[in-house]
Amino acid sequence: MTLRFQRLLIILISIIMILGAVLLILYNARENISYFYTPSELLESNIDKNKQVRIGGFVEKNTFIKVSAGSFKFRITDNIKSIDVTYNGILPDLFREGQGAVIEGNMIGQNSFKANNIFAKHDENYMPASIKDDLENKGYWNKNYK
Amino acid sequence: MRFLVNPNRFNNFSDIIIKPLTIIAGIFIITGLIFSLYLSPDDYQQGSTVRIMYIHVPSAWLSLMTYLIMTIYSIAALAFRTPFGFIINTAVAPIGAVFTLICIISGSLWGKPMWGTWWVWDARLTSVAVLFLVYLIIIFINLSFENRVVREKIAAIFILVGFVNLPIIKFSVDWWNTLHQPATISKLSKPSIDPSMMTPLIIMTFAFIFIGILVAILRVKTEIHNRKHNI
Repeated sequence: MTLRFQRLLIILISIIMILGAVLLILYNARENISYFYTPSELLESNIDKNKQVRIGGFVEKNTFIKVSAGSFKFRITDNIKSIDVTYNGILPDLFREGQGAVIEGNMIGQNSFKANNIFAKHDENYMPASIKDDLENKGYWNKNYK
Repeated sequence: MRFLVNPNRFNNFSDIIIKPLTIIAGIFIITGLIFSLYLSPDDYQQGSTVRIMYIHVPSAWLSLMTYLIMTIYSIAALAFRTPFGFIINTAVAPIGAVFTLICIISGSLWGKPMWGTWWVWDARLTSVAVLFLVYLIIIFINLSFENRVVREKIAAIFILVGFVNLPIIKFSVDWWNTLHQPATISKLSKPSIDPSMMTPLIIMTFAFIFIGILVAILRVKTEIHNRKHNI
């Protein structure tokens, strides 16, 4: 083995070892790295209920109520479990029923949550607005696109 | 392909291609901007705001691509003692940093209207911020140390360490819950973007690649010149 391939081997092994070390750290810290819990993760885990947490899920259909200007109630769900949410503040443009959302706040009781911040989450699908109208007119619009 | 490792060949080759490349880059950026600003449709959810994607995504790809090139050249330079790799590292690090900065700024301008926040510390955004810091550190290493031989070796080793961040950026949206969306275009499945929006994205990506190569050629030539004359 020539000297240059010895050096190459040392470099490659070092990269792999650094990668391994970092991935081990990340794997063991994965719960803290995740930006939010899903409703079922939050309800099943034994997280301190007074702690500020974030929940990510979908705004459940037909649950959104505007209590007054700037005060809202809705349910957030991951299709397994859902949590009642109350929120005072401004909603992002993309926020609507059936849309993904991340809410920040804390639990106030067994199954209700007081939100301080709401972020809208959009998925990876991009489609011209005209095609969506077209699909809806023909009745082919699949709700899963949302 | 000797121009990829030999400074003199690189100079000769870049002298030949720089003019046609400038013209091609100009054509691509103009058609790309016309496509992304006028000819592409509004998104069904995001409306016109989706056009930020045509700047945001190419700059993100280019920031990763630049780092990958630096990694390959660092391995070659350290293992095979080809000094041209060190020249490339010094020359392209600021280019990668600028692409990362464009990506972060355009992303936060996109996040405010769509997510409702300029910035969150989720895995994708944080790992890209770390990439920007890594680029800055590489630039600072290249600016410090009187002794060039020491300085460029430290920079190359640091580039290899920072390479760990690349798979983290790529897979952050799959491994952890993030506010950032998962990848729209991945190799394994059909892209979930309409062809009418894919076209401007691809044209803009090539425009960014050509502009990146142009700036890189100028910076590499300057670096070769400086080293020849010990500036």
